[in-house]
Amino acid sequence: MSLIRMTGVEKVYRMDGVEVQALQGISLSIAPGEFVAIMGPSGSGKSTCMNIMGCLDRPTAGTYLLDGTDVSTLDDVALARLRNRRLGFVFQSFNLLPRTSAVENVELPMIYAGTPDRRAKALAALEAVGLRARAGHLPTQLSGGEQQRVAIARALVVSPSIILADEPTGNLDSTTAGEIMTLLDRLCSQGITIVLITHEAEIAAHARRLIQFRDGRVVRDMATRTRTVSPGAPLR
Amino acid sequence: MSLAASFRIAMRALAANPLRSLLTMLGVIIGVGAVVAMVAIGQGARQNVTERVQALGSNLLTVFAGVAQFGGVARGDAVQTLTLEDADAIRREVPRVIGVSAEFSRGNQQVQFRGENYNTTVSGVTPEFQEVRNFKVERGQFFTEEDMRTRAKVALIGRTVQNRLFGEGDPIGQRIKIRGVTFTVIGVMEEKGATGFQDRDDVVYVPLTTAQRRLFGVTHVRAINVQVASAEEMTEAQAALTELVRGRHRLGPNQDNDFTVRSQADILQAFTGVSQTMTTLLGGIAAVSLIVGGIGIMNIMLVSVTERTREIGIRKAVGARRRDIMLQFLVESVSLSVTGGVIGIGVGILGSRLINQLAGWATLLSVQAVLMAFSFAVAVGVFFGLYPARRAALMDPIVALRHE
Repeated sequence: MSLIRMTGVEKVYRMDGVEVQALQGISLSIAPGEFVAIMGPSGSGKSTCMNIMGCLDRPTAGTYLLDGTDVSTLDDVALARLRNRRLGFVFQSFNLLPRTSAVENVELPMIYAGTPDRRAKALAALEAVGLRARAGHLPTQLSGGEQQRVAIARALVVSPSIILADEPTGNLDSTTAGEIMTLLDRLCSQGITIVLITHEAEIAAHARRLIQFRDGRVVRDMATRTRTVSPGAPLR
Repeated sequence: MSLAASFRIAMRALAANPLRSLLTMLGVIIGVGAVVAMVAIGQGARQNVTERVQALGSNLLTVFAGVAQFGGVARGDAVQTLTLEDADAIRREVPRVIGVSAEFSRGNQQVQFRGENYNTTVSGVTPEFQEVRNFKVERGQFFTEEDMRTRAKVALIGRTVQNRLFGEGDPIGQRIKIRGVTFTVIGVMEEKGATGFQDRDDVVYVPLTTAQRRLFGVTHVRAINVQVASAEEMTEAQAALTELVRGRHRLGPNQDNDFTVRSQADILQAFTGVSQTMTTLLGGIAAVSLIVGGIGIMNIMLVSVTERTREIGIRKAVGARRRDIMLQFLVESVSLSVTGGVIGIGVGILGSRLINQLAGWATLLSVQAVLMAFSFAVAVGVFFGLYPARRAALMDPIVALRHE
């Protein structure tokens, strides 16, 4: 049973009257617990594909089944619920709320889920990413790596089945990037499915499967070398 | 998401830009404050006049020189046919009349005492004025028929005039100059307070004959107050009086009256009508400023939605539904208008107190007006918040997340 199953997914954007075919029939499936890296040049449609996976966007044609449910049949409320409970996003630019402390940023998805004991759970999630001590800091008082760890804590606090990371290390130096990847490795080893977009082969090497995009199509889909990951182990 | 959570988010957003929030609220503050204060002034004036008229009693008829126009009375020196002799004739010939007082007043007359100068109303009245108008002497005595006959240069002053000219000193027996003529002060009138926009203590009373001949050089009067024995006989008395005065003025059957007879009830009704119109008008203008305030809120909310596009994207990505976003921005705009409304009520109450103390106008706070202004403010917040909130709610999360 695949967690994500896309069949002939197409996406057409209309920009200033010109139609842009961003995805031209993507078919792929991802099983629970997989760690998948998506690579490809810019404009190859990898981000569009991830937006559709994340229920932020809908395909123009084709079907997308998330955990067996056809997402195209769902309304705004149901999609929001999926994003809230099943999916976690990690962005290149962190996307934390400004003027809002780390712990409050982590609480955000739980506010929309109506979860009780939000503060305790948010602190536990920050503990898991090693930022318990900086819970009260504002994003501007945190380094890039710390901000991204807060974003990861926000993504995992609702115990999602999938974490979608769009170039999570793109704005970080290589040491910090390594720390973030270690964190993602550990989450994967805990059973969370991780889909990661990256430009760097080194980052992609953490994944056990590599999908390559070009011109809105999947051009390569292969397993990478199997790595054994011990939680918290140094990367290099 | 709960309302409480939306409220906390809204408060945080408003607190992030305190000056901007305050300026946005200003429109609503001014609008609500203006409605509350304006209605208070209107109601205060109305209550005051009602009380005054009731104090005078319902058995008073007033004959004005001139013809009624649009519910008011045309006054002035144009009509000079009403005289003291008419008043005497009414006293003698109209049955059931128990008191008559004619008067001739002019405003803005210069009164001097030693170095002090003061402009006030000089009112020539007859000795019966005290009883007929229910306006008593507090100290000293009123003038007599003898003073009328001799056109005595004696005067009684209102409390305001006393304060302005004499301060703490005793005015009785002092000599004052009115239009250059020297008068002896023989008394001080009791305090009456203000009616609407008029200070009834800001006046100097002199014998009517003195005012006519020595001060203004006229032979007519402006008005004759007629006291009827009881309220039930008003209609009869009014008819008899009209008949008499028409005869004395030699008006033919096809000629209109050159005078107007009014009962206190008529005057009250006219004034109530005017003050009602004024209150509605002022309230309406104030309501317009509330709408302008609402537009201010909408403007800032639109700016805020644009500024926080990325935030909206983030919220949607982590699971906010359209209605959550909508609620968040709606709560924000309503918080602005409600806070503005509350401050506005405070400003309105304070403003009407200030007007009462500084200008001496009577004000009466109306709970109805306060509630109305407040609910209007809330409605403004909802109405002008809807469009920006909807715009935020319908934003595409991908576009919002990419927004710089």
